Amino acid sequence: MKMTKTIIAIFLSASVLLFSCSAKDSVVQANINEKFAATPECAGATAAVTDGVATLTGEVKDADCMKMAATTAEGIKGVKSVVNNLTTTPPPPPPAPAVSADNALSQGVTDATKDFPTVKATVNNGEITLTGSIKRSDLKTLMQSLNSLNPTKINNQLTIK
Amino acid sequence: MSALQDKYKVLIDTANASGISNLQVNEQGNVLHVGGDAPDGATKDKLWDIYNKIDPDYRAGDLILDVNVAVSVGSKAKVTTDSTNLNIRKGPGTDQEIVGKAAHDEIVTVQSKTNDQWWLIKTDRGVEGYAYAQYLSPQ
Repeated sequence: MKMTKTIIAIFLSASVLLFSCSAKDSVVQANINEKFAATPECAGATAAVTDGVATLTGEVKDADCMKMAATTAEGIKGVKSVVNNLTTTPPPPPPAPAVSADNALSQGVTDATKDFPTVKATVNNGEITLTGSIKRSDLKTLMQSLNSLNPTKINNQLTIK
Repeated sequence: MSALQDKYKVLIDTANASGISNLQVNEQGNVLHVGGDAPDGATKDKLWDIYNKIDPDYRAGDLILDVNVAVSVGSKAKVTTDSTNLNIRKGPGTDQEIVGKAAHDEIVTVQSKTNDQWWLIKTDRGVEGYAYAQYLSPQ
């Protein structure tokens, strides 16, 4: 009989403990999310709290925002530790490189090939096509000049001597 | 990562690691464009050596390596022609009148950078005009 009472007592206290713990977690969780809502850098972040451990998920602007959200969560009373599962929004792709108009490109190609009379170059629709021949030791110099004109493509059909 | 970025991964990684500023990597119609400003000529050459290793003699036509050496106004540059003099012209183009010459290995002053092809230079003898940047190495 005494044994049964003890068991019941243990169960009761355990359930009270569990209940109080989860109740506290939900308060802590609400506090963190409230703070997030008031911090523009933390937009996109959400916290879930279990046993005092705050797990952060969602997508924020950048790495600084990730740090900011974690620091904010750590500062809330009742948070034992923070698991930072936040991700950042990838930056937009850089703008496509400007491709020189054929006229300017042709002028640039004429300048670049001037010192290589055995090289024939044509320009069409932003593409440079090379025919003729060149010494291997000159190839890099020519290619560097042509690449710095930023054409869409270089078709290298040169015979290399 | 795309197949092209994978093919030129070593090049892109090296560009990232060697202080290329304004580095841009993007793809257009199966051609990878890698652009940016190299801190010096040696860094640019290193990237070109890697390019040649990945694509011997630059045959594949799938990369534009538009990396140029950053140069500041008033800095010195060396004439790095094979052995000949470098023409100094009235304007930025080979159709422009030749106003003077700079000798092979001569040190000149960069007055301004018209574009990646033509720089306005001045020699120690006072000749000022445009020279082809490919044959100038910032010091």
